Amino acid sequence: MRTESNHPTTLVPPLHGEGRGPHAVDPLDEVRDLVRACMQCGTCTASCPNAASMDLTPRQMWRSLLFGFTDEVLRSKTFWMCSACYTCTLRCPRGLQLTRAMAALKRLAAQHGPGAARRKGIFYQAFIDNVHKYGRVQEMDLMFHYFMAMRDPLLPLRFTPVGMKLLAKGKLHAPDGRHKGVLDDLFTRVRELEGNP
Amino acid sequence: MSYAYYPGCSLTESAQEYDVSTRLVFDRLCLGLNEIDGWTCCGAGAVDAVSGLLALALPARNLGLAAKQFPGKDVLAPCSACYLNHLKVVEQTRHDRKLAHRVNQAIAGEDLALDPGVRVRHLLDVLVTDVGEERIGQAVLMPLEGLVVAPYYGCQALRPYPVFDDPERPQSMHRILQALGATVLDWDKAATCCGASLMATDQDTALRAVAGILSAAGEAHCVATVCPLCQMNLEAYQRQALRVNEAARAVAVVYLPQLMGLAMGMGPEDVLLSKNLAVTDRLSEALDRNHAQANIVSFRSDNHNRRVSPCSRTSSSR
Repeated sequence: MRTESNHPTTLVPPLHGEGRGPHAVDPLDEVRDLVRACMQCGTCTASCPNAASMDLTPRQMWRSLLFGFTDEVLRSKTFWMCSACYTCTLRCPRGLQLTRAMAALKRLAAQHGPGAARRKGIFYQAFIDNVHKYGRVQEMDLMFHYFMAMRDPLLPLRFTPVGMKLLAKGKLHAPDGRHKGVLDDLFTRVRELEGNP
Repeated sequence: MSYAYYPGCSLTESAQEYDVSTRLVFDRLCLGLNEIDGWTCCGAGAVDAVSGLLALALPARNLGLAAKQFPGKDVLAPCSACYLNHLKVVEQTRHDRKLAHRVNQAIAGEDLALDPGVRVRHLLDVLVTDVGEERIGQAVLMPLEGLVVAPYYGCQALRPYPVFDDPERPQSMHRILQALGATVLDWDKAATCCGASLMATDQDTALRAVAGILSAAGEAHCVATVCPLCQMNLEAYQRQALRVNEAARAVAVVYLPQLMGLAMGMGPEDVLLSKNLAVTDRLSEALDRNHAQANIVSFRSDNHNRRVSPCSRTSSSR
């Protein structure tokens, strides 16, 4: 699993965040707090429908996280493969909110992770931008902006058959602008509140 | 009895048939649906990956609107993702006053506030808990006899909060389908994940999930769903998924209230069956057979009287 040599050898998580101010913390600390009580039973891995598509299993990822391997965790694709089915959360004998931890990792990797990780966050960001702009999700506009942001000419082809089917059923339409701007105040407030935890 | 109704974005776009059939069935069952005026997106499964507070503030706004417009009413969300997002903000703020305060600050601009006592309900919950199989059975005019249905619950109606059903071995939809006269397929994919939004971000993984579900549906005439994302993944990506798994074969996928409407004597055009992307000939033929048979029975027993809506007899106040 480890290929580089600059990893901490102690069990104490390394300090990150220099230059982020006097109260700086490791960006993954909030996730560590969620999984601190993990006892490595592996119920999460055994329950995960997408474990086969992951590089680290969920159990391995929680351990890596607690051992302080921040970069390995941020680089892994494990949390991007979480489809939020909540089976691990339901079954975890420690009662840990593992799906919440997966979502937090997606958010933190998009902010602090390598470029490839940030690319994986594009869909989620496109989704939120769409909600912010229109108040209600406008599916066609969302996919259009997602494709534009991904800059991958082949990606839209994978969705063309479905797009054609939806079109034939009258399920695609131009964006509905009736709720535009309704969420501006809420988004502004959330941004301000998140700036002052 | 009536509910504050949150249709959610999908039900106004790709899942119109879910919205229309839900409203028809509720009307037939003498239940009121009051759509929340000015509702906005709950954030679906994506917002958690961008902002933790936003993931709570978006559904909180809708609950704030519901509290203002329909105080004391339960909030009904047919989409499982919408249901979970709204339920989650109530559950997470219930014992965390600091968080509740932050969420309320985020929605204060429109003079809205969370009602900590509000109950967020899933369609299955309302049908099985408030209505019950007996009343559903009484509303059936054309039992779905001979129709094998695979009940598909998906994830977020059941997990992580086990509110109305056993999340490991769910039975609520089984019971409703039995009340409709259908034969319920006993399968082990009823509560497994369809891949959800991985269909957009990692399609191969999601297609494998869909293929596994379709192949397990086997001899069923149709799969019944209660979530627009499950429905979309199972029907719209079905052809692509069938290429992944050779054991899988095409199967119709319909929303539960569509089946309920059909069993209650509504026509396929009423429940917008033409909007579904995967309706097989096998399902259509079975429904036609059923229809013909039911007409003969109702003619013989002069069952037509039962079509008169009994709503006036039931109390509508709550």
